Amino acid sequence: MSDPATNPATPEAVFGKEAVAAALADHAAVKGLEAFIVDAKWDRNELTLTVAPESIVEACKAAQASGYNFFEDCTCVDWFPTEPRFQVTYHLLSHKLKQRIRLIARVHGDTPSIPSITSVWPAANFYEREVFDLFGVRFEGHPRLTRIMMPDNWNGHPLRKDYPVEGYR
Amino acid sequence: MAGLNTQISGATLTTFRPAEDLIIPDVKDVVEESVSGRAPEGSDPISDKTMVLNMGPQHPSTHGVLRLVIEIDGETVVSLAPDIGYLHTGIEKTCEAKFYNQVTPLTDRIDYLCPMTNNTAYALAVEKLLALEVPEKAQWLRVLFNELTRIQSHLVWLGTHAMDIGALTVFLYCFREREELLRIFEAVSGQRMMTSYVRIGGVALEPPVGLFKRIRAFLADFPSKIDEYEGLLEKNPIWIGRLKGIGYLTGEQAIALGVTGPPLRASGVDFDLRRDMPYSSYEKFQFNVPVATEGDVWARYKVRMLEMRESVKICLQALDGMPEGRYVAHAPKILVPDREQMKTQMESLIHHFKIVTEGFQVPAGEAMSAVEAPHGQMNYYVVSDGTTKPYRVHMRNADFCTLQALETMCKGQLIADVVAVIGSIDIVLGAIDR
Repeated sequence: MSDPATNPATPEAVFGKEAVAAALADHAAVKGLEAFIVDAKWDRNELTLTVAPESIVEACKAAQASGYNFFEDCTCVDWFPTEPRFQVTYHLLSHKLKQRIRLIARVHGDTPSIPSITSVWPAANFYEREVFDLFGVRFEGHPRLTRIMMPDNWNGHPLRKDYPVEGYR
Repeated sequence: MAGLNTQISGATLTTFRPAEDLIIPDVKDVVEESVSGRAPEGSDPISDKTMVLNMGPQHPSTHGVLRLVIEIDGETVVSLAPDIGYLHTGIEKTCEAKFYNQVTPLTDRIDYLCPMTNNTAYALAVEKLLALEVPEKAQWLRVLFNELTRIQSHLVWLGTHAMDIGALTVFLYCFREREELLRIFEAVSGQRMMTSYVRIGGVALEPPVGLFKRIRAFLADFPSKIDEYEGLLEKNPIWIGRLKGIGYLTGEQAIALGVTGPPLRASGVDFDLRRDMPYSSYEKFQFNVPVATEGDVWARYKVRMLEMRESVKICLQALDGMPEGRYVAHAPKILVPDREQMKTQMESLIHHFKIVTEGFQVPAGEAMSAVEAPHGQMNYYVVSDGTTKPYRVHMRNADFCTLQALETMCKGQLIADVVAVIGSIDIVLGAIDR
């Protein structure tokens, strides 16, 4: 559980961009990423900011400038069959503020693609390859987007919801 | 990779194309050149040529099945590309088909050196989703066993790291001490390695009578054992020469590459989740966070040795101040009831039956928990859609990022030093591949 002393104003749950902006006006990420936020939520002491996929690189740069210096991980959630299907999730940490934020970009399912943030944090390299391998989301501008977990000649992306858990395909 | 064995057994050498099937694209050009035996035009065929060396997947010093494609110029490393995935078990996919309680044993298996830490991280994430309050005694027990796990994991690291460099005695000594810790784990959970001791809502069982005394005896003895290791290693000129000034990583590089845990602190970044973003009542414990500024293999070695001493301090505090009370939260519809209650109360029997057969519902939402595992920062990201099974579980393991930094650390070093650097970053491939 996060510490109320290090996290400002902790109401129970706030949903929506305006409500979060009002409730957490002094939050570093809400101020720093204002231009990029499409949707936001404050839930279970965690701040989630939704940004448009095409502005993810600028949003990450803005987050870095606001003090979120550490890239923790990048992963994906498959909301099959809803559209936009893929929720690419980034977790960023600030060593100084001792806070964590979550950035979310919703990506459509037909030809899923999002710009790579390896230019901002080289740490995203393996994580983006993993998401590409297991979900089939392409990261444009990635230096070497190849499979990392599965063999190179593997068919399909195993962590998608329409991929069977067991048995032959 | 997958088709390789069949190709060989089929004896059709014309279809066996090493350059395309095996080689990672980065160094493909180099390999094609070495396969064809031709040097690029206009170059000196001897001095310009680099060689690609495959280290692993099953090399004693790669700590599992890590394959390193190393391009060397003479004995100097020019580039290095880790090739992983040989242990990929799809455990994140398996989690999506299990009830929340059934995921706990899976979390043991991703990193067999720190099962308690993985259990704790997963339990914290689900408790956050459930808004479940955990009793103080359970939190302190978690701290105690997390720290014992840290000592246990660091002992395996020290033993294998020393063995990589050729010091076999330390390996045997470390495993001697680790054995006592594994027996303690067995006494408390019934298992030596896959403990599953930390559960959602608390811990699995009350520690048996006399266990704390046994842990105290171990802790009283252990600092002298660390002195023993240090005495064996730190006066040894070979050990010093192989560790000092090898595998540099600056603080900026470490942060950019996502390195956490002891390698980060050995690069001069003073950040520890236990102190800076405390969980499971770590804020009530007094301990120091060892930080070194050199950023080389020696610094990583020193940081871990000091961490073991700090862990002993934390364990003693946990034993001294262990609170009274329940070891598991009171939430009859979420947690399996006591065995004794089940025999006498109809409601408990019904709850047990329902939890085992149908699981329990978790409110929709997402939660992230982060703990300071022995190898670095361990995160669990759990997404719930309101049903009894997790919609998505993502495990962020420190080793995955530390491996990315391996190339930065090894570039320009000698090929023999790669072994020392791998030992110093302390990776477990089961956690990387998941």
